Amino acid sequence: MTWYSPGAGLPFWAQQQLVELDTTTLIRWVLWLLVGFFGIFPGIVAYMVWLERKVAARFQDRIGPNRVGPLGLLQPIADALKLIIKEDLVPRGADRWVHLAAPVLVLVSAFLVMAVIPFAVGLAPVNLPSGLVYLIAVSSISPLGIFLAGWSSRNKYSLLGAMRAVAQLVSYEVPQVLSTIPIVLWAGSLSLVTIFDRQLEFGWFVFSPPGFLAFVILLIANTAEVNRTPFDLPEAESEIIAGYHTEYSSMRFGLFFLAEYLGVFAVSCLATALFLGGGTPIPFVGFPVSLISEDSMLSLVLVDLIMVGVFLLKVLSFIFVMFWVRATLPRMRVDRLMNFAWKYLVPLSIVNILIAGVWFEMVIRPGHLTFPNWIKGFAVTALLVVLAVYLVFLINRKASARVALGSEWPTVGQMRTGATVGQAAR
Amino acid sequence: MVINNYIFIGLLLLVAITFALLPLIVVWIIAPRKRSLAKSDTYECGVRTYGETWIRFRIQYYIYALMFVVFDIETVFLYPWAVSYAGLGTFALIEMVVFLVILSVGLAYAWAKGVLRWV
Repeated sequence: MTWYSPGAGLPFWAQQQLVELDTTTLIRWVLWLLVGFFGIFPGIVAYMVWLERKVAARFQDRIGPNRVGPLGLLQPIADALKLIIKEDLVPRGADRWVHLAAPVLVLVSAFLVMAVIPFAVGLAPVNLPSGLVYLIAVSSISPLGIFLAGWSSRNKYSLLGAMRAVAQLVSYEVPQVLSTIPIVLWAGSLSLVTIFDRQLEFGWFVFSPPGFLAFVILLIANTAEVNRTPFDLPEAESEIIAGYHTEYSSMRFGLFFLAEYLGVFAVSCLATALFLGGGTPIPFVGFPVSLISEDSMLSLVLVDLIMVGVFLLKVLSFIFVMFWVRATLPRMRVDRLMNFAWKYLVPLSIVNILIAGVWFEMVIRPGHLTFPNWIKGFAVTALLVVLAVYLVFLINRKASARVALGSEWPTVGQMRTGATVGQAAR
Repeated sequence: MVINNYIFIGLLLLVAITFALLPLIVVWIIAPRKRSLAKSDTYECGVRTYGETWIRFRIQYYIYALMFVVFDIETVFLYPWAVSYAGLGTFALIEMVVFLVILSVGLAYAWAKGVLRWV
């Protein structure tokens, strides 16, 4: 793969870290920055909003936006114009500068996450050798921005939303990060481009029992990380108005809105790149990549076109599932939300790392994928995964069975008589 | 000239900040500004703002943040192990199992102590 390694003759790690600043690199960077990040990604996000409104409308037996342009396709532009001509309000007594900085911080975090996603062969904005750690580091800037937003508004609802947001994002970040460890283990690298290459050799990582478990954990944690239903407690409109962005109007609110949808797009890209083999249409087959010939630029362009299309299709299906979940599930209760992260997802993902080690020894250690190895590995690890899930659920059931029914929440009678609530609850 | 990849990240940071500030500047120029006392009140469902907002908050959130710090540091240790697992052999595997068991015991202790109970 000659497109990845510009500085030949250097040691491996330095080769990956450095890049030759010639005209092609310069043009590529300028194109990514000005066309990709300034044009295409915000455009995709704007039409995600349109899509969500259409899809949600269909789920509720409505038509959705259909007035502005054909099929309401100009609706995002109308929305943006509306936000721009609204008055920009800062509440009295708020911390003005922090109030201004918070949405910028959240949007910057959402932008930076996109920098390492490999969309096709040679079509990642930048190939960092420590891509995954970088991605997780910059994605955890956004809870900070959300907290600053809620705190600086000096509004009680905002503060409640901010506190909930931090507690939730921090709790679900642990399973999110732990579920990527199996991928790193199998790929032997933190670079998302190398992770993609390994999935050409060993099939999509989701097609293994520990990979599937990690995938499910990552999907749940991702949904919580971008504050979407059923995990939208930080902005629960029926309880705390709009949560942390109650006091935001005009384009500052628009930035939060944009950042939220950009976040949805980014986590969908992450799940696609890590588990679903990026832009390859068929698992276990190196189909479009194997067609690239070293000296033909045209073959690269054609293959990349196919791969970008497939990649976006996968991302779109993730996004659709998120819309679907939003139309289906009610909001979670806050104690159950935290329990689910710490008592189910965290133990499961810790055990899953060990099962991933077993899969590595049985299937990936031999060097190349063979069918008997895969079947043997599948049988053993599937057993282990089922056992782990069963045990975690069993332990949780035993632990909650020790608590008398209703002892955590006072009944109406107890509240009336002022009786103390039982202390046995764990 | 050979330069570091992270320069791209720096440029992207600049682009992102510009992208965020540009619409805010446009709003500052063209949006109406009619200030009034009632309008700049914090929103409390139509009632006048009552009491102080920046108060001491409940401890529960702090405890979860502490738990998060512990487990986040764990992942920092897990990443280098996972990257070089193929070349490390059995000893590293056993060490990591011991490490994970210690952490699981920590989680179990916190659970048994009722730290993970949201009340």
